[in-house]
Amino acid sequence: MTVGLFIPCYVDQFYPRVGIATLELLEKCGVQVIFPPAQTCCGQPMANAGFEYLSDGCNALFVKNFGECEYVVSPSGSCVLHVKDHLHVAGGDEKCEKIRSRIYELTEFLTDVLKLKSLEASFKHRVGLHQGCHGQRGLRLAQMSELVAPHFSKTEQLLALVDGLELVSLDRKDECCGFGGTFSISEEAVSVKMGKDRVADHQRHGAEYITGSDMSCLMHLEGILKRQQSPLKVVHIAEILNSSQ
Amino acid sequence: MTSGTKQKDHATLAGIFNDDEARVDWHDKTLWFVRHKRDLAARQLPEWEQLRNNASQIKNFVLSNLHELLLDFERNAIFNGAHVHWAETPEEHNDIVKNIIARHGVTKVVKSKSMLTEECHLNEHLEKNGIEVVDTDLGERIVQLANEPPSHIVLPCIHWKKEEIGELFHQHLGTPKGVSDPVVLTSAARQHLREQFMTSKAAITGGNFAVAETGEVVVCTNEGNADLGVQLADVHIVCIGIEKIIPARKDLAIFLRLLARSATGQPITTYSSHFRRPRAGQEMHIVLVDNGRSARLGSDDYRAGLKCIRCGACFNTCPVYRRSGGHSYHTAVAGPIGSILAPALDMKKYADLPFASTLCGSCSNVCPVKINIHEQLYKWRQDLVRNGHVPLSKRLGVGMMRIALSNVRVFRMGGWIVRRIMEHFPSILTGSFNPWSKQRELPAAPRQSFREWYKQNRAKK
Amino acid sequence: MTSREKILAAVKKSQPPAPPSTPTRLDGALPVEAKTQFKEIVKAIGGSVIEIENTGQIAGHVGQKFPAEASILCSVPGAGIGTPPNDGVVFEKLNLVILRANFAVAENGAVWITDRLLPDRVLPFICEHLALVIDASDIVPTLTEAYEIIGSDQYHFGTFIAGPSKTADIEQSLVLGAHGPKSLTVFMLAEKN
Repeated sequence: MTVGLFIPCYVDQFYPRVGIATLELLEKCGVQVIFPPAQTCCGQPMANAGFEYLSDGCNALFVKNFGECEYVVSPSGSCVLHVKDHLHVAGGDEKCEKIRSRIYELTEFLTDVLKLKSLEASFKHRVGLHQGCHGQRGLRLAQMSELVAPHFSKTEQLLALVDGLELVSLDRKDECCGFGGTFSISEEAVSVKMGKDRVADHQRHGAEYITGSDMSCLMHLEGILKRQQSPLKVVHIAEILNSSQ
Repeated sequence: MTSGTKQKDHATLAGIFNDDEARVDWHDKTLWFVRHKRDLAARQLPEWEQLRNNASQIKNFVLSNLHELLLDFERNAIFNGAHVHWAETPEEHNDIVKNIIARHGVTKVVKSKSMLTEECHLNEHLEKNGIEVVDTDLGERIVQLANEPPSHIVLPCIHWKKEEIGELFHQHLGTPKGVSDPVVLTSAARQHLREQFMTSKAAITGGNFAVAETGEVVVCTNEGNADLGVQLADVHIVCIGIEKIIPARKDLAIFLRLLARSATGQPITTYSSHFRRPRAGQEMHIVLVDNGRSARLGSDDYRAGLKCIRCGACFNTCPVYRRSGGHSYHTAVAGPIGSILAPALDMKKYADLPFASTLCGSCSNVCPVKINIHEQLYKWRQDLVRNGHVPLSKRLGVGMMRIALSNVRVFRMGGWIVRRIMEHFPSILTGSFNPWSKQRELPAAPRQSFREWYKQNRAKK
Repeated sequence: MTSREKILAAVKKSQPPAPPSTPTRLDGALPVEAKTQFKEIVKAIGGSVIEIENTGQIAGHVGQKFPAEASILCSVPGAGIGTPPNDGVVFEKLNLVILRANFAVAENGAVWITDRLLPDRVLPFICEHLALVIDASDIVPTLTEAYEIIGSDQYHFGTFIAGPSKTADIEQSLVLGAHGPKSLTVFMLAEKN
């Protein structure tokens, strides 16, 4: 099985360790991973700001880099959702459709495609899970608190395989962290307040780490934690699943 | 907005709201409590999601058959003895209402909650014409005394603290200074409004549902203010948007099961009154208002907004609304639903609202009629940009982003430069011009990007 | 063109094609112990339920709560209490109104009453306290069954009343007796035999 690895632009530049963990984790699972070198971004930063038409260059690059992959996997629910919902190039309907149906967020790839049942990973800490909204409500990685429907969580399912990890419960299981792309800049006050409240929920419950499947949420929360000089840290779920501490 | 004062946008108003963090916490917790009550109520019904599906389907049916349903409703309402009026614009609506009241020589009217009359600014129009309007819903009366619009469609004064209401009542209703007990304040309002009810000859209500099959209008309240007003008045004026029509009486079973549970977590409102015929000697008028609704009906992207039953669940769940307050939306219907309705009325004035969201999608999940609110927010953003309603600074910023992200060499180079600046001269990036850094740190800049690491460690294998 | 014609023409032009299937509606609800659920819910929404064998017992219950001089209006035959309607009563001074109602709904504690059972439409809203009388056998599980019973009844005015008048507009603190009755009592008449 060959997988094209899509590393979101900001992860590539600011959180290479998350890319490395994702790559190593997939390799551990016996997957052959290729990283198409000319990739950049899914186009979401432009599109969510209202400039979807300016994401044409990103879309073209995306199709060029991933058009031939059996699967595309990315450690970001938000970017994957954007590709699934909005990847279009003029005259490239078939290729786009193929990518859109074969792109997976990392945890859903592990649970749904690889059907991972065990993992040699160890992370002996109290961890709070911040399930990013796009992964949860968009990709349905976990049941949503608004619905009257049975509980499930692909992310929790994977974290349960990790030795020594203690998952803390939160007061508000799936409240948004307030990142929201350009929202974090244009609505700075509300964005930060949402982030502070999200962080406080984890702090109240004694978490040592906040994890999640979207580094963008975690980057925002980390920014707040560092400013607070809090001992609470953020860690991407790929890093936990790839961890052997 | 009157000319001269420039309307502040949501971000600015929300920023001001956030200057008092303790108040934001209080506002957030109060509304989260309502969301929580909604969850508990919904979970009482295993068939909840099926009910939402049914309600959504019925509303879709209404949108596809609105022309015929409106004619049915009109015919049946007239048969019942009501007068039916049609208003294309808020001005026309306001004139119709004013003329009905004036014809009866009445100078005071009691009004129960109606977001439509807020949308049309009816109160101002009537007051200008010498007719006093008394809002009778407690929350609406409070904001009316304070000379403010409601900040929430179901909980109009959710932004007011009881001590502040105590002070307001002290000034306007003569309650003793310092009294803030909700029981005492409610009792004072009861007495004050009872006098208004007993002396008013005309009553205005909104309508939650207008049934095409029977020509009746259903009004839901907890306080009983709509009923007291209507049953004591000689004239009952119902003001509703044309989208309030539902096909059949039995559809009420679905909508009434969803409405209060979604709104406040109650199994039903205290009163769900079905006004079919006026009582002997009473006049009943129904004003059907378009105000852009028929145009929106023609839009594939935004039509679904017309399905809204005004429960306010999307307000209570919205993490942005809870932390920015209703007035930050500077429109009659705030919150997520208001943010997709308002731009259809005035794109320029409300261009900021679709951006007052993280697109988290919680609003669409609580919506009892399954409006795709967060998807419409995304669509509005595209339309606003296409129509030039986005500031130049944002255009330039996104234009630069496009250059950097559309070409891998520029991206690699740009990323490297930014990381070197972050490493050696971080203050360049954390100046006051960068809102990120006001209350957050930037991420630490790694020596290598992932692709640099990959090239070094994997590519040659 | 009148506004009516303009609006209708615009709606006709704008309305989308009908969806392929007509809307489905839920059939009956899951079976519940309707009487028990009704009692629980009425209590939860601030009302109370009193089970009685016959309407003659109403007076005794009322006597425990209201002083002899209370102004009471009662439309229930055989209750032997209060003034009958249409006897020059001043509505706004009524302490208690006792009315026969049509039926009740278990899932939400609502009692349905139409104008045929209302000596005056304002009565259930203007009094200080309200009591409604229903047969225990007339409690249906949900609104779905309720609207089946209502059917195409040609009432002029009908209302579901669920608990006393209430508001939570001040800081979400629940206060009973906003504008209407401060209390609601449902007298539930035992099933015959």
